[in-house]
Amino acid sequence: MHPYLPHTQADIDHMLQKIGVESIEDLFTDIDAKALLKSPMRLPKAESEGRVIRKLTKLGESNIDTANWLSFVGGGIYEHLIPTIVPHLISRSEFYTAYTPYQPEISQGTLQAIFEYQTMICELTGLQVANASHYDGSTALAEAAFMACGATRRDTILIPDTLSPESKNVLRTYLKYKDLNLVEVPSKDGVVDSDILKDYIHDDVAAYLVATPNYYGNLEDLTGVSEQLHANKSLLVIMSNPMSLSLFKSPGEWGADIAVGDGQVFGNPMNFGGPTLGYMACTEKLMRKMPGRIVGETLDLDGKRGYVLTLQAREQHIRREKATSNITSNEALNVLAATIYLSTMGLAGIYEVARRSHINACYLRDHLKGIKGIKIMHNQQIFNEFVIQVKDSEEVMKSLELFQIIPGIIIDHEQNLLLITTTEVHEKEDLDTLVVAMKEVLA
Amino acid sequence: MKIVKGLYYSKDHEWIKIEGDRGFIGITDYAQEAMGDIVFIELPDVDESFAAEDNFAVVESVKAAADIYLPIGATVIEVNSKLEDEPELLNKAPFDEYIAIIEGFETDELETLMDADAYEAYCNSLE
Amino acid sequence: MQKNIYEISKEGRRGYYFDTYDLEDYSKSFDIPDKFRREEAPRLPEVSENYVVRHFTKLSNRNYGVDTGMYPLGSCTMKYNPKINEVVAAMPNFSHTHPSWREKHVQGNMKIINELQGMLSELTGMPGISLQPAAGSHGELTGLMIMKQYLIDQGDVHKKNIIIPDSAHGTNPASVAMAGFIAKEVKSNAEGTIDMDALSQLIDENTAGLMLTNPNTLGLFEKDILEITKRIHDVGGLVYCDGANMNANMGITRPLEMGFDIVHLNLHKTLSTPHGGGGPGSGPVGVVSSLKDYLPGPIVKASDEDFYTFEMPAKSIGHVKNYFGNFGVYLRAYVYFLTMGGEGLKLASQLAVLNANYMKACLKEAYKVPYKALCKHEFVLAGLKEPGDVSTLDVAKRLIDYKVHPPTIYFPLIVEQCLMIEPTESESLETLDDYINILLKIAKEAKEQPELLHNAPTTASVRRLDEVSVARNPVLSYRFNGEEQ
Repeated sequence: MHPYLPHTQADIDHMLQKIGVESIEDLFTDIDAKALLKSPMRLPKAESEGRVIRKLTKLGESNIDTANWLSFVGGGIYEHLIPTIVPHLISRSEFYTAYTPYQPEISQGTLQAIFEYQTMICELTGLQVANASHYDGSTALAEAAFMACGATRRDTILIPDTLSPESKNVLRTYLKYKDLNLVEVPSKDGVVDSDILKDYIHDDVAAYLVATPNYYGNLEDLTGVSEQLHANKSLLVIMSNPMSLSLFKSPGEWGADIAVGDGQVFGNPMNFGGPTLGYMACTEKLMRKMPGRIVGETLDLDGKRGYVLTLQAREQHIRREKATSNITSNEALNVLAATIYLSTMGLAGIYEVARRSHINACYLRDHLKGIKGIKIMHNQQIFNEFVIQVKDSEEVMKSLELFQIIPGIIIDHEQNLLLITTTEVHEKEDLDTLVVAMKEVLA
Repeated sequence: MKIVKGLYYSKDHEWIKIEGDRGFIGITDYAQEAMGDIVFIELPDVDESFAAEDNFAVVESVKAAADIYLPIGATVIEVNSKLEDEPELLNKAPFDEYIAIIEGFETDELETLMDADAYEAYCNSLE
Repeated sequence: MQKNIYEISKEGRRGYYFDTYDLEDYSKSFDIPDKFRREEAPRLPEVSENYVVRHFTKLSNRNYGVDTGMYPLGSCTMKYNPKINEVVAAMPNFSHTHPSWREKHVQGNMKIINELQGMLSELTGMPGISLQPAAGSHGELTGLMIMKQYLIDQGDVHKKNIIIPDSAHGTNPASVAMAGFIAKEVKSNAEGTIDMDALSQLIDENTAGLMLTNPNTLGLFEKDILEITKRIHDVGGLVYCDGANMNANMGITRPLEMGFDIVHLNLHKTLSTPHGGGGPGSGPVGVVSSLKDYLPGPIVKASDEDFYTFEMPAKSIGHVKNYFGNFGVYLRAYVYFLTMGGEGLKLASQLAVLNANYMKACLKEAYKVPYKALCKHEFVLAGLKEPGDVSTLDVAKRLIDYKVHPPTIYFPLIVEQCLMIEPTESESLETLDDYINILLKIAKEAKEQPELLHNAPTTASVRRLDEVSVARNPVLSYRFNGEEQ
């Protein structure tokens, strides 16, 4: 028998007898013979742990050796240092082998952690209510678009062209099949001018969904934007890299109605892009329009504090086709990682991470600026990313590979634009290495 | 189960009380009993107009959500905003707490609704 | 009372140490302009590392997982989560890879994706697979979008109705609405399967398709499945398989052979990846040949030279999630395929069905069995035979006092006082017998000492919680110093 299957032949015989059938095959006589598989599935034979580990180690070696390469790649997924206690604690099997907390009396661990997470997200975004997470930042943004259309009973969503292509793509798919319109506002020098935005705010606009810092790493100046939108009964949705929120104005301070973003930066490895977690927060006014699970604090029969899933009448298992969303599974374990991360780092910790990520980018931008063949594309306030233009971006990427450096993402092949990202994992030495290597390959 | 004489009743368990050219609309005792503890009510906007059978409010309990339909076409002129903070009043006194006051309806449409006796018989048939 | 993390916070404590910053002097020349500067600092806890560990360890002790004990949640497939999966997923050469690196830098990941696409294709019979959806309901939404785009391309824009059985999970109608379709409910018959007459009445030229779980949520195999799928195809509709219950079918039957056009799988159910307390999941979608070009992408193709590339299918509905889906999750499913092998997976399904039928046979003396037929990997009970004033909720809460996890309750909605039990193949005969004996004992208690059930649980970290007040006046985040929201 297989190590994951505890049955002995004697057990099986005993059970068959109790059921009143002769063989295991007899348990499947209700399936139409035409629907039964005629031959075994063409799948590999079972392998021992030793062999599987060896095989996977080898497959891992077909990727670049992450420890020996220097990467300045971000654009939505970021490498930050992760305190060792984060993976350690989320590996406690009471957490990771539990289901959704449907029985609150034996799920207080998960529930309380989500409640603590909701509190931290409210604090970071400056809004009043947060849910228990979405699949990622982009799906959270798409659900915010639905939420805004539902709350305003309008059908047009405005986005700036500075939104990341990943988010635009997901949004486009979600809106298309629900027959909602997506309108893109053009940018100037890497940000949206609020005078230009003004011309796009019509009475069919449910919300303006803007990312700050945006895809180019630039901060959007949203002065007066929420007032413009609210005067038109439209909503403001702000997407952020939440690590930036210890330095820069929060969505709440900009007057946002809904805040979303990807929380991967808080204690979650890059994981080739997933799983991460999408956070969502909103004003108290929109609380009952919010999708997703929400944990609330209450008392038990003895007056003892405890936590439950609440406001469930919004959700699919009760509202069915009228639910605020179909979302069921979220990213609870990634939420737990983020909660432990934020508990460990505290405000001083994430401030320091954000500050170093920011200063590193400023330093790098400063030092690349002087190199012949490099143009800094925008003159804007940045967080930890910026765009440069070179003569041949493919060539630069290829040449730097010889130094085991990935300098960034080519975000525009025609214009040869490169998005460069730094975080606190980069030491001064790493930044200087890139500068020297760039000089060499562009010489 | 309590039923009040002199009101009009719908099959979806709403009641309407007519005073002059205004109507008060609420949910019946049967409806609140079926819902259980009511935790939230979403009220319509004042001045909003609805066709007959339009969904004009939502009542939520912990385990259920029910759309409330306007049995006749009308315009909402006032809502019972007390219910926003104390939705449980709908459990305690469903016939005292209206959801909205309506105007601009056709009196003919009222004739499609049940009186107290017919509604009682209807509820009994559901048991 | 269990304190929360803010209540153990004290100003000045810290949980993480930073080395001296080499750019400290340089940083002095930088200042954030007022218009961008945050005004009010977010309140985050200040806790030393060892107390963070203790806090979350305490929280974990207030949880229950599959590793703790039997967890027979119906339609959730709470099977053993193999530890080798975790070890592999944590390997830095996987977990530290960036999705925007170039293809040649991540050939290992891409090979895994390509092979897993093939394995899932073999498991479902579907030639096209996309790993992008992040969960079951996300897979449903994706499948329905594919359906819609296909119908639009066929010129069938009038086809808006999706038929769903009344026993379906709530996500089905919710996904239908999110994809801009209209849900039409079809009744189940006395045997618990789709009422074919009622189905005929619903099918017309506006039928876009039908969504079905097979075995269904009652644990019963839809015996007319071939006829059902044929009738939908006859009016130009497509049939969607909610793969939540695939744990009954592996190596025995497949969505393709049943006549389905689209299927999603819940890797966090059937293929052993952990549920994580509610996620992350992974909900790959499989389709028949005629729909392959509509899959969300990118998907991974292999070239002759053993080089892997990303490709967007020709008529793709687009992206439904960032990058390539939940790689860290489906990597675990890939490892599960390797450690189980094809034969092991078939055996797992067989034993899951054996376990369910055994429990059902043992419980019929004290619980109502609404459907007598053989069940598949799960079954439903319609509460106690002699309930008195005891409800299914009371039974579930009493199970907690016996240190086991209750089954799914009050679902499907068409069974009164429903208990929906899915033991999975992971549980031994002894564990099943223990659970059965507890349920029989509770049935006896219901008659003799019902207050034990009404008051249960009394041994968990909290007793029954007041769900009404919190829904009326929600407290959804910590009230610092008792302040109002």
